[in-house]
Amino acid sequence: MSKGTASKKADLDTSLDLTYLKPYGDTMNDGKVQLSFTLPVPDSEVAVEAARLLSLKMGLVEPTVTYHAPLDKSFSFFVVYGSLSHVVDYTQIHVDSVDVNVMTMEETDLFIQQNFGRKIKVIGASTGTDAHTVGIDAILNMKGYAGHYGLERYKMIDALNLGSQVTNEDFIRKAVEFDADVLLVSQTVTQKNVHIQNLTELVELLEAERLRTRFLLIIGGPRISHELAKELGCDAGFGPGKYADDVASFICQELAARKQQN
Amino acid sequence: MATLRLNWKKVKQAREAARQIAEDSNTYTQQFTTTTVERSICRLLGIDGVDDMGVPLPNVVVEHLVAHQLLGHGVTYWLGQAVISLGKEPQELAEAVARGELDLTHTHPVDPYEVDLWASRKAEEALAKIHTNRLIREEKLREYGDHSGPLLYVIVATGNIYEDIVQAKAAARQGADIIAVIRTTGQSLLDYVPYGATTEGFGGTMATQENFRLMREALDEVGEEVGRYIRLCNYCSGLCMPEIAVMGAFERLDVMLNDALYGILFRDINMQRTLIDQSFSRMINAAAGIIINTGEDNYLTTSDAYEEAHTVLASQFINEQFALQAGLPEEQMGLGHAFEMDPELKNAFLYEYAQAQMARQIFPNAPLKYMPPTKFKTGNIFKGYVQDALFNMVTVISHQRIHLLGMLTEAIHTPFLSDRALAIDNAKYISTSMADFGSDIEFRQGGIMEQRADVVLDLALDLLENIRKDGLFRTLEEGRFAGVRRPFEGGKGLSGVVTKEDHYLNPFVPLLLEEARVGSQRYHQGKQQSDQGEQYE
Repeated sequence: MSKGTASKKADLDTSLDLTYLKPYGDTMNDGKVQLSFTLPVPDSEVAVEAARLLSLKMGLVEPTVTYHAPLDKSFSFFVVYGSLSHVVDYTQIHVDSVDVNVMTMEETDLFIQQNFGRKIKVIGASTGTDAHTVGIDAILNMKGYAGHYGLERYKMIDALNLGSQVTNEDFIRKAVEFDADVLLVSQTVTQKNVHIQNLTELVELLEAERLRTRFLLIIGGPRISHELAKELGCDAGFGPGKYADDVASFICQELAARKQQN
Repeated sequence: MATLRLNWKKVKQAREAARQIAEDSNTYTQQFTTTTVERSICRLLGIDGVDDMGVPLPNVVVEHLVAHQLLGHGVTYWLGQAVISLGKEPQELAEAVARGELDLTHTHPVDPYEVDLWASRKAEEALAKIHTNRLIREEKLREYGDHSGPLLYVIVATGNIYEDIVQAKAAARQGADIIAVIRTTGQSLLDYVPYGATTEGFGGTMATQENFRLMREALDEVGEEVGRYIRLCNYCSGLCMPEIAVMGAFERLDVMLNDALYGILFRDINMQRTLIDQSFSRMINAAAGIIINTGEDNYLTTSDAYEEAHTVLASQFINEQFALQAGLPEEQMGLGHAFEMDPELKNAFLYEYAQAQMARQIFPNAPLKYMPPTKFKTGNIFKGYVQDALFNMVTVISHQRIHLLGMLTEAIHTPFLSDRALAIDNAKYISTSMADFGSDIEFRQGGIMEQRADVVLDLALDLLENIRKDGLFRTLEEGRFAGVRRPFEGGKGLSGVVTKEDHYLNPFVPLLLEEARVGSQRYHQGKQQSDQGEQYE
């Protein structure tokens, strides 16, 4: 088999063609990927073959099961390497992402000062039954996260963090009381798509009370993308790897754009 | 074990401040009972099941008394009257109340002395059940032996108790010692305990007595197969703390999350309610021989783990004193802390080690609960596995007891079967490879680690002295824990706090305290014998 791999490698066209993009291991277009999974059968030669066959069906050429072990009497674990046969045309990909010029905290404060002459009011919560505040805290808390200060530290942002397990009704009521410009919703628990259900309800409630356009509605969480946010009727979505500065930059630039439109 | 040179005078001062804080708070809260304390007494008196609408009968009985504004006498008082005058058992009476056929406050008055006698007898029956469970656990631990070193703790969280059982058994076979069934999100805010076996939950599974029973049975089964006693853990927190303690005592749970302040800070439950509930729930856990786990680790998920380390230590002191005052002995105090510093922080490992080591020395007999990194897990599973390895090292070399295993897929999903297996592999590798590391080194006098311990202890002492001066309630109002502000009259569950009347009756308190005391004595005798045994070998 190793001989086969070597000859294959020799045949590879090693120039990068973006219309024909595939993973890179150590040589252009080798398509190498790694994956691991569990099968609900005892660890055995048959199980290893099953893992190999499944990998073939996933589009892996010459999959190799590099490791297998029993996890329990009737469960086994596999690590597989192989070359992906699939390709994508990189030049044809369109991604709906938050299109914004990310500014520093100082730049954002200055931008708000110049464009609005007042503080922007942001209210945030982890809504529904979600008890996790890690996401909303990362964006709002003074301290911030991973070296990115939270919105509470911005001089020109007035941030209110309601914490976790806030019902959508309470959230809207408090937002009106606070006279918020922006609603920030964090969703950490996503099991059985509970976050979709909850966010849909929030948007429906806002629409029913004719409040949807009054606020900029931004959602965030480990399973949130901008595309999903748009789909759910929100203004923006921030997923993993996004920090307070991304959110703040979007808020002030989007609000300024809307102000100009009116 | 290598030891840090700590300022023991300050440790003593901090402990004394915490003792006074807990005492002051208890003096205030002892004037009250709560709806869930009374419902837990219903459960201890044998009331279980639900009415036609699915409302638990303990809720039916307590709401009935609340409606008459007569709960301040205690549910025991009214049930006792009715039992004696009608010659029926509490369960039958509760069913009659549910059908609207009985008003507990209008039964024929009886001699209060007879009510007392009946209450004591019923309390002894309930205690006998708890005592039997305790002996079964002790017997199994004797039979299989209990290994020293960290107990590997993993979670199951499928939402479906039957699926949880599959995962729990697999984890036990892989080497887990403690299985925690994560509770469905939001249960802490339910003012009742759901009933029966459940198969639907978000991010976890309902804590019900039947779910407890099913998992206990499964773990006993797999324990017999692997020749180890597999401990079961659940959540004794939220608005039903003492009721869940009763369910755990009846179904032989071994570990319960049970923090004095957690509900106030992180679930916005009223502070008076929580402090009353935690006291009775800890008495029950103490009597049942259940190890409580406190939630200090949570402070570090909302505030910075380096800057706020002293709040963890201060809270450990407070939790220790609340536990002692509820009769819960040291060997059942799984005081919590966590490995949550920013991985980018220079020397973070040294600081984490210093803090874990300090906790170990300050609470030498407590089975400390050590939590893995979660806040700085990013979805990069490769880095996550290394973060967990560093955490595992500190756990092993500083002799932590309850070792919550970190998952490389933290921040992605609730653990897969394979995630758990990889976590156990990681922990076992390190505990074998570094088995005696902690006792083979010495800390440099005045080095980075000793300095770190000094700073944290100083700040914790300052904080405790301030809390003692201002009182726990004001401290919470001002947000000095975890940066969360909670008003005295705010939060959920305040309406369930009821002032006790003069002849308020709760026959369980003295019996629970006694059971805890005797059980602890037995534990120490057994430990002495096994320590001697080891010496002779």
